[in-house]
Amino acid sequence: MAAFPAVAQSEWTKIRSVRSTVWSLVSVFLITVALGLAISLVARNNVSDFTEDGRPFDATAVSFIGVGFGRLAIVVFGVLAVGNEYSSGMIRVSLAAVPQRGTLLAAKTAVLGALALAASLVTVFVAFFIGQAALGGGLSTTLGSENVLRAVFGTALYLTLLCLLSAGVTVMVRHQILALAILVPFILLVSPILSIVPVVKNVVRYFPDQAGSAITQVFPTDDLPYGPWAGLLICAAWTVAALLGGYLVLKKRDA
Amino acid sequence: MIELHHLTKRYGDKLAVDDLSFRIPEGVVTGFLGPNGAGKSTTMRMILDLDRPTSGEVTIGGRHYSGIQDPLRRIGALLEAKAVHPGRTAYDHLLWLAQSNRVPRARVDEVLDLVGLTAVARKRARGFSLGMGQRLGIASALLADPQTLMFDEPVNGLDPEGILWIRNLMKRLAAEGRTVFVSSHLMSEMALTADHLVVIGRGRLLADLPMAEFIKRNSRSSVRLRTPHQEQLLHALHGAGLTAEAGPDGSWEVVDGDPVVLGDLAAAHGVTLHELSPQQASLEEAFMQMTASSVEYHMGAGAAPEQPPPAWGADWDGRKSGKES
Repeated sequence: MAAFPAVAQSEWTKIRSVRSTVWSLVSVFLITVALGLAISLVARNNVSDFTEDGRPFDATAVSFIGVGFGRLAIVVFGVLAVGNEYSSGMIRVSLAAVPQRGTLLAAKTAVLGALALAASLVTVFVAFFIGQAALGGGLSTTLGSENVLRAVFGTALYLTLLCLLSAGVTVMVRHQILALAILVPFILLVSPILSIVPVVKNVVRYFPDQAGSAITQVFPTDDLPYGPWAGLLICAAWTVAALLGGYLVLKKRDA
Repeated sequence: MIELHHLTKRYGDKLAVDDLSFRIPEGVVTGFLGPNGAGKSTTMRMILDLDRPTSGEVTIGGRHYSGIQDPLRRIGALLEAKAVHPGRTAYDHLLWLAQSNRVPRARVDEVLDLVGLTAVARKRARGFSLGMGQRLGIASALLADPQTLMFDEPVNGLDPEGILWIRNLMKRLAAEGRTVFVSSHLMSEMALTADHLVVIGRGRLLADLPMAEFIKRNSRSSVRLRTPHQEQLLHALHGAGLTAEAGPDGSWEVVDGDPVVLGDLAAAHGVTLHELSPQQASLEEAFMQMTASSVEYHMGAGAAPEQPPPAWGADWDGRKSGKES
């Protein structure tokens, strides 16, 4: 059987040697941090606009405003890292080199997951500290405050799961443009819009992007039927399902 | 040793490969010949376990391809010329391949040099010409120094220089004792490089024999004679125990004849010759004949027997009754 470390090393080379994957990952950082900084600066002087009735000012959420768009960038990264094999016909070269399809997908997932987690961790911590600095002493919060560390770590995990979910969907549909056409509108439009439609609201709560985002909040917002960690688990279950689906497609279909 | 056992592949209701069984002889160049659409590429993809057979199997040294550890060390293959990410450099493409099969990094530079791509090693594949893409594909096939190499239509779309390079490369690989399995739809190309021949048509095996045997069987040589004195010529030939067949334009052909003997014979009998020329049937013709009935777009899938052309005026009745003919 193919040696897992060798295949993982080869997958790492694949990701780092193409500009589009590298840049999509860098843009996760840039978008999240820059937006967080900008909104924090705005919030500093307009605190009243950032507080809803009867709710405390959420300094963490303000510095994480950029995560909403950072999510899209990490989805793009997940799709590109896997999908570019399909657009170039390279998947046949990959499978000829590593015919153990399960090993190939596992190595891909491991490398992708590790990279996404590392990039997400750097991104959320930098975004948090820069955001707090921009908010200034009166408004900022600290990692020691209640639920803040959980929200910061949880956001990194949430981003990582979204990346792997996208990779799984891409392996299932075997086409990167198609995968982007499904995932980006889903996260940007379909899910947020449906989440405010009364009838389907209770179902949409269990969508991966919605359920996973519970952990990013310091103050519980809604009357959610699940807690922050359970929400992350729901997101993780979707991710596992997508990867499993991808595995079955990869296993069964002709390359 | 690569062996195919009753290999069959069906796409929907179309049978791409039909009960194919043969083994690829070791240490020689085997030409895998067939018209376009005969199932050559599908067969090659099944050897590499990229496409799963509907029934039957392929074994490599008794094992399934997916059971081989570091398979690039056993079989190197070039299936498509540009199966390279356009944004990746030639070097990085070979590097990830090398790493996946635990091939030392130094080997990447070696094969780049071998195929003459050292100068563009750090260039992204986007800008590569077809010939350069083909060379990169060959470099990846040679990367892990495998005993067996498989090339799918390697000369397709190449310029004469590239074709010559590939031809020489295959001969060199075979001279090193490697097994080379190369597909083509051109008999003439194979006649120059292959030692063994496997011919398929419509997914079925049509021939599996040494090249020399194919040439012997199919290259009929004859001598063409043309004369204004036909009667005397035939008489002289008959007297010498030779038979002649009528050729085109009133010529005569003596199968396996010797032009020297025939010229002397004509002179001895005072027969004027207007032509005395050795003829060689081409291998391309022999191949075309062999595969004629199996060409994809030749006939419908039912393989109906060929109809003789209708006699002149045969459609008259139809036309009289106003039908389109």
